[in-house]
Amino acid sequence: MEIFFQQIVNGLVQGSVYALVALGYTMVYGILGLINFAHGEVVMIGAMLALSSLNAMLGWGMPPLLALPLSLAFTMLGCMALGYGIERIAYRPLRHAPRLAPLITAIGVSIVLQNLAMMVWGRQYHAFPQMIANNTHTLAGAIINDVQIIIFITALAIMAGLMVVVHRTRLGRAMRAVAEDQHAAQLMGVDINRVISITFMLGSALAAVAGLMVSANYGLAHYYMGFLLGLKAFTAAVLGGIGNLRGAMLGGLLLGLIESLGAGYIGDLTGGFMGSNYQDVFAFFVLIAVLVLRPSGLLGERLAERA
Amino acid sequence: MNSISASPLLQFSSISKQFGGLSALSDVSLHIRRGEIYGLIGPNGAGKTTLFNVITGLYQASAGEFQFNGKNYQSCKPHVLARAGIARTFQNIRLFANLSALENVMIGRHVRTKTGVIGALLRNRAARHEERAIAERARELLDYVGITKPHQTLARHLSYGEQRRLEIARALATDPLLLALDEPAAGMNATETESLKTLLQTIRASGITVLLIEHDVKLIMVLCDRVAVLDYGKKIAEGIPDEVRRKPAVIAAYLGGSDD
Repeated sequence: MEIFFQQIVNGLVQGSVYALVALGYTMVYGILGLINFAHGEVVMIGAMLALSSLNAMLGWGMPPLLALPLSLAFTMLGCMALGYGIERIAYRPLRHAPRLAPLITAIGVSIVLQNLAMMVWGRQYHAFPQMIANNTHTLAGAIINDVQIIIFITALAIMAGLMVVVHRTRLGRAMRAVAEDQHAAQLMGVDINRVISITFMLGSALAAVAGLMVSANYGLAHYYMGFLLGLKAFTAAVLGGIGNLRGAMLGGLLLGLIESLGAGYIGDLTGGFMGSNYQDVFAFFVLIAVLVLRPSGLLGERLAERA
Repeated sequence: MNSISASPLLQFSSISKQFGGLSALSDVSLHIRRGEIYGLIGPNGAGKTTLFNVITGLYQASAGEFQFNGKNYQSCKPHVLARAGIARTFQNIRLFANLSALENVMIGRHVRTKTGVIGALLRNRAARHEERAIAERARELLDYVGITKPHQTLARHLSYGEQRRLEIARALATDPLLLALDEPAAGMNATETESLKTLLQTIRASGITVLLIEHDVKLIMVLCDRVAVLDYGKKIAEGIPDEVRRKPAVIAAYLGGSDD
């Protein structure tokens, strides 16, 4: 039973990070019908920016509790600029091109960002500086540390904030209107290019936070970390119903749990034949199962083909 | 306002619009005076909706230009023309189906409000105040067009007639000088058409100029101060309804050769 609770805790923490990244995929898909495969790399760049800025600030002798928020702000701004640039350079010129074109561009952007990161930060793993005394607590037999608690609570708070923005503000209303009918939204005075740019920036800001969280949780950052994380978050978005914000959150948490419980029990289930290093397989089992059984996802509605 | 009201609100000068080799509009000139209800009629495919799309910026004219409220427009983004004071509804209803009735109208206020990203994220006092004002105006407009269902009802759950009215409310929310309605009575029963007529008269009385595409000739005859007739992208007649409908060219367009 202790394993069970431990895996639930791990799954929820990891899942909340997936959820943040999945929101970026789903927001862009909701508005443009485009899968931004470069989103995982934005998370990676976020981790790298956070790492570099933290190391620099700590090197100047700044107290960790001041460095952390400053670095977070810097990372978010950096990723927002990156997200804006990606949309402006790689997607906007292809807005009316066949759907395959921006998809291929997305993969291209992803490769470019990976290689840029490799050139700037090198191929090695970077140790993430430890910022706070990481106390551990025992909860129903499961061990949870301060960093995990902070990650989980921050992620939930950010998601709640996003829901308020989307459902209770003028900006969010414009986003939902553009998602439904771009022409009609324009006629109401909505500048759709602006709304699309803002959507990319919001998604990238969430990716920045997620990047910092992942590397703080594992204590590591690496130029290739965005690829697998991005694919899993995409899976989470599909699981919840891509285009649906609540779906992305639900999908993220569920995927975290499935992965974590799967990794925890696969050894027992296969009599030791397979171990927890098969963890990554579960996400893709889920992806295949959803695509076969319920392509619209858990909360998704079947949308008419966009014009 | 007095000195301006002599000049037309909308002046079309030799507007043409081509799609490949097809001329949807050729050399159309017309003007709409402030405060009038101006009808646009013609057989199917005559170019009426194309003309709407040019006025609202969804299409760019191939040649010619139009003047609205004293300013020239040739190629403009729809949100710019919306800000200038042109609002429209669609022939086939294009509401934001998954937004509530209230939210649909609130979107219409977008062009007249200004809270930016920062305000939206911080939800500061000015933003909350503006948000309340938007909601209040939207509720007034829902009452104005006569939607009695709860305002939180999703647009797609409204009846057909209510959806038509909601589109008008959404367009009115942009504070237009010119309200362009693309077949607002299409698919309505006699009672619904009657109350639409009353609504349009109220709107005009409030000082908004109305441009109306309609197939219901009776409605056009009662409502419009002047009408123009389009056929194959050309203006074949213009004037007060009673005169226009007696013109041979108009009768030929409607009765001879065309499928309407």
